[in-house]
Amino acid sequence: MNFPILSSIIFLPLLGALFIFLSQSKTSSIKSAIYVSLFTSIANFLLSIFLWYSFDRNFTGFQFVEDKNWISGLIKFKLGIDGISILFIVLTTFIAPICILSCINSVKTRIKEFLIAILVLETFMLGVFCSLDLVIFYLFFEAGLIPMFLIIGIWGGPRRVYSAYKFFLYTLLGSVLMLIAIIAIYWISGTTDFVQILEFKIPKEYQYILWLAFFSSFAVKLPMWPVHTWLPDAHVEAPTAGSVILASILLKMAGYGFLRFSVGMFPVASEYFTPLVYTLSIIAIIYTSLVALMQEDMKKLIAYSSVAHMGYVTLGIFTFTKQGIDGSIYQMISHGLISAALFLSVGVLYDRTHSRMINSYGGIVNILPKFSLIFMIFTLSALGIPGTSGFIGEFLVLIGIFQKNYFVAILATLGVILAAAYMLWLYKRVIFGNLKSNTIKEIKDINISEGLVLSLLAIATIVFGFYPEPILDTISVSSDYLIENYKKDLAYHLMVKK
Amino acid sequence: MIENIQILYPEIFLSLSILIILMIGVFIKNSYNLVTNLTFLTLLVLIAILLNKKGNTLIFSEAFISDSFSIFIKILILISSLFILYSSQVFIKDNNINKFEYPIIFLIAILGMFFMVSSNDLILFYLGLELQSLALYILTAIDRDNLKSTESGIKFFILSALSSGLLLYGCSLLYGFTGSTNFEIINKELTSENVGAVFAMVFILVGLAFKVSAVPFHMWTPDVFEGSPSSITSFFAIVPKIAGIAVFIRFMQIPFENILIEWQSIIIFLSIASMILGAVAAIGQKNIKRLIAYSSIGHIGYALAGIATGTSSGYSSSVLYITIYAVMNLGIFGCIFLMKKDGKYTEEINDLSGISKNHPLISLSFLIILFSLAGIPPLGGFFAKFYIFLSVVESEMYTLAIIGLLTTVISAFYYLKIIKIIYFDEITKPFDENKSFSISGTIFISCIFLVTFFLYPSIFNDLIFTAVSQ
Repeated sequence: MNFPILSSIIFLPLLGALFIFLSQSKTSSIKSAIYVSLFTSIANFLLSIFLWYSFDRNFTGFQFVEDKNWISGLIKFKLGIDGISILFIVLTTFIAPICILSCINSVKTRIKEFLIAILVLETFMLGVFCSLDLVIFYLFFEAGLIPMFLIIGIWGGPRRVYSAYKFFLYTLLGSVLMLIAIIAIYWISGTTDFVQILEFKIPKEYQYILWLAFFSSFAVKLPMWPVHTWLPDAHVEAPTAGSVILASILLKMAGYGFLRFSVGMFPVASEYFTPLVYTLSIIAIIYTSLVALMQEDMKKLIAYSSVAHMGYVTLGIFTFTKQGIDGSIYQMISHGLISAALFLSVGVLYDRTHSRMINSYGGIVNILPKFSLIFMIFTLSALGIPGTSGFIGEFLVLIGIFQKNYFVAILATLGVILAAAYMLWLYKRVIFGNLKSNTIKEIKDINISEGLVLSLLAIATIVFGFYPEPILDTISVSSDYLIENYKKDLAYHLMVKK
Repeated sequence: MIENIQILYPEIFLSLSILIILMIGVFIKNSYNLVTNLTFLTLLVLIAILLNKKGNTLIFSEAFISDSFSIFIKILILISSLFILYSSQVFIKDNNINKFEYPIIFLIAILGMFFMVSSNDLILFYLGLELQSLALYILTAIDRDNLKSTESGIKFFILSALSSGLLLYGCSLLYGFTGSTNFEIINKELTSENVGAVFAMVFILVGLAFKVSAVPFHMWTPDVFEGSPSSITSFFAIVPKIAGIAVFIRFMQIPFENILIEWQSIIIFLSIASMILGAVAAIGQKNIKRLIAYSSIGHIGYALAGIATGTSSGYSSSVLYITIYAVMNLGIFGCIFLMKKDGKYTEEINDLSGISKNHPLISLSFLIILFSLAGIPPLGGFFAKFYIFLSVVESEMYTLAIIGLLTTVISAFYYLKIIKIIYFDEITKPFDENKSFSISGTIFISCIFLVTFFLYPSIFNDLIFTAVSQ
């Protein structure tokens, strides 16, 4: 394969952004900017579907590898994908046009700049999922902070400055430790190429400290309890499209990082720190679910539910079983769809009434029947009812964790009940009951672009709820390979000890 | 006839040009424009001469050295001076400091730095340093009707004279204990047992630290940065720092090579203190030039961290750092030259409030440069820090690396504060229209360099590494 398809996927949105930036004409430029960005993002989506189609499911290593000299003698610009990353690439390119469509309704000022920010962010996110070199990974991982900071800060709500700062500084603080770890790995193993590091096998005595450095970055980004506090603030203040990207893709970068780098490079440390991860995940699931119950702001409630759902992801990854890892990947993909849909739904209400408070709604079903129906689908999938994609992810994770630790599994199952409680209660308070105020009576049901976006997401959720095969089939070989490698490395390091 | 006199051609050419331009300035009335254009010409010709120079030669009883390291630093000094002078033309004219002495003193300072960078002998080094300092005193106070400018000139003069005294004292001690002023001979004579010479080394380090404004010898920096006209501040922020770091490296590499253990702990202290103070003290600043002053202290801390490793890769990373730092500061001062409301220049950060609505391009430049100063990838500033930490971790100085990266996060806070003011805050009065190509051209080049640096981040590596490791 000579055509650099991964580079094209990564840099196509950047090209679109550059195009919008350079076309400075005043008249009707907003409309053309929207068309350009929609065109680039949809083209990119089709390209990634093509990539998924031509992807070889039975191949264990990395495919479509691109290897260029970057910093001579030090670092190579290396890209490549396996069954895990391809799904995140498709998810990213799927969410990006949805964000662009949604901003037509919600963003009122400086639309051009907003579209540029979204497209640049898409480039960075895709780069994270494609990179096979730690420095390149770090580069893209950190670069995403800049557009996201601006999205929250410029187009956000009243407390946007505080939230933007909190988001930026929290993530940066976590990440700089990862940078030191990456540099240390370079001096230990002589390379930052991920594949070569796997072959090199980092000595056990370094693994613990390096694992913690990576953990500090991913735990903040995921986010895990107790460093999750930036997330509710960021979500509440960010514009709808920003919340969607944050929830459905940015958080997944951390889960992907755990899976790819922490487990892959530091098996001994991963095994050693598993109790820590279990504890934090269980606290995340139970505690943030309880916190979510008490929220009066819809976006905050969904933000806390995201933390709880991410708890399942970490649980699943650190079971090191086939079901657990498959489940956590599935959970990430499905949460990417569902949380995007939930934030879009809240955005639909917010655009009409300018209130996110639960108690200012009630009885919506009488005036917005279509919206109520679609919102119900997402509520049910968020609590993981069978037949939706949320169920399969949680179910697989729970199977995985039952093989490892009964106690943790029981606590985790408790979280499913709590999820049902807060989601259904939210639905009841917003949709059913009596109409609270007369202003709500005036509002109109969802329009075509909103309907299109939400029904696309609803279809995806239900299809993957009934037919998980395409996703599971894609990850199967790669996750097998991951677990096999993990076990082999663990055995190797135990042998070295003796 | 002196042998190998041709290696001195750049300095000879510069001195002759200074004298000729001075004559023109004296005998032709209102000759500022002519003198400035001749200065540009001189700088360009010098760059051309230096680009054609190669090799490693010593002359004047091994007092003057011309190697690829000094040539690289000289070219860097010339290019940044050229851009500084070019982008500040509008500012100079608006502030009525367009006297013909201005560019001439500028050239004299550069001549001093040339000798500093090329010196292989304590006496030549000291003479070059003093020539540079004398020119800088005058430049600081060039706006002589302005109280602040004069005040900062006097402040800088007194403190700098004191530090030069310390430096000279160190030099004389070093001569006393080693019996020579030549760097190579000092290198051979100097060992850890020679306590007196180690004592002398401390004095020399103090003097050098003052010149690059490393903590705790930084006190003059904020006042001088704020007081002197912005066109001079931009010169202060960039060019003497480049020369200072170069001299630092020269001293550590040749005369003090054998007492690495002794000076390493001092430089680590200077570096950590500068990084922390640069990050913390800048938070409360309201004047953008004061903020840049503290930020430059912080950046010098990172450059010193590279020197503290005592390895060639460390030295080259710190040269690379100072190169990228120069580009970023050229850009940020270009933006400062554009902060003009109703014909009056403003330096308050709050005056930037909401300018992104009226000046999208200036704001974007600010955004790129500030994120780059904060060291966020994929901008140039990240790679500067990356190379520094690469070499610091290589030398297993983990504490230095961790403190350095944590201060990056703290300093990100105040860079973000400016971005917040520009992009998130309510709009105030817009700035005056910028009609000059010179400023926007400089900002554009700086931003393009920072944004596209990630495409080929090793562009300077080979050059700098070979230059340093000679």
